Amino acid sequence: MMNYIWGSFLIISIICGFITGKSQEISNAVLTGASDAITLIISISGMMALWTGLMKIAEESGLTSKIAKLFSPLIKLLFPDLPSNSTATRAICMNITANLLGLGNAATPLGINAMREMQKLNPDKSCATNSMVMFVVINTASLQLLPTLLCTIRQKHGSQNPLDILPCLWIASALALTCGVFIAKFLGKVTRKKHG
Amino acid sequence: MDKIGFYAVPLIILIIILSGFFKKIKIFDVFLSGAAQGLNSTFSLAPPLIGLIVAVSMLKSSGALDILCQSISPLTQIIGVPKEIIPLCLLRPVSGSGSLAIVDNILKNYGADSFLGKLASIISGSTETTFYTITVYFGAVGIKNSRHTLPSALIADTVAIMASIIALNHFFQIV
Repeated sequence: MMNYIWGSFLIISIICGFITGKSQEISNAVLTGASDAITLIISISGMMALWTGLMKIAEESGLTSKIAKLFSPLIKLLFPDLPSNSTATRAICMNITANLLGLGNAATPLGINAMREMQKLNPDKSCATNSMVMFVVINTASLQLLPTLLCTIRQKHGSQNPLDILPCLWIASALALTCGVFIAKFLGKVTRKKHG
Repeated sequence: MDKIGFYAVPLIILIIILSGFFKKIKIFDVFLSGAAQGLNSTFSLAPPLIGLIVAVSMLKSSGALDILCQSISPLTQIIGVPKEIIPLCLLRPVSGSGSLAIVDNILKNYGADSFLGKLASIISGSTETTFYTITVYFGAVGIKNSRHTLPSALIADTVAIMASIIALNHFFQIV
């Protein structure tokens, strides 16, 4: 699906650029876009390395499994095909913990780690399992309790109380997450026949 | 808010280091091996990120995004999405930095405490960069068929946008 979306983005922009006469702007966008991506990678890589290093200590010291125990009833409910207290479930717990704490940069490598562990248990290596889909859907919903970056920007623009949006934000997040989880569960059952 | 953020990070680091000391782990050695892994996985994000950021900036610079926003604005007005918010809703699932730029712009133009400013903040805070997340996570393990991930995630994003509008409307009436 990403293939079609990405392709149509490019084709639409180029055709639209020809019509509106903005081909010059597009070629600039191509050049700067690619280097922007690398700038972004370089600017986040320090933080990513720092957090994965720290999280590795947390993992080896048993802190991860302690947090995992806290979440395990919920995880069992959401990921019934994963063996409980396996490396995969522990990685999922750490990713969810990092997301809640707003450690976005730490959450991604932990999440990739969880995906790798789930892939080991996957019989068909090119097709996602229900657990993988559920995990990615949870990650595409925003779990962050305290969006520090957002609040900093609000403060920068003169908000009297940058935190006053939080109740609304939590309600919207929780509703979206619940909806996503139920839809993923439902579609997982519907499509199981085809994909096993 | 800032204070909680300032305390949270050192506190988490302290807890991690103390738990490592407590279990008598060679914390620096473990840190180095973890950090090396982190660097590797960060650089494996580069190819999808290059592809997506280029596509979004092309879409923006060609004017296609503006045309799209205008053409679907009658539809989104029925649901109650203000037309100023549409570019944010469209870009949010694709690009975190792109949508952050739009939020910054809305807060600057309409004020952080205006309805539009709050709505933009809540929408960007309650949604994620869905396409990026899907690409990175499935890309990292070589999954080609992501099955029902995208529809589920996009429905969740739509719910987040609708819920943001409804929640903020209620909040505005109460206060």
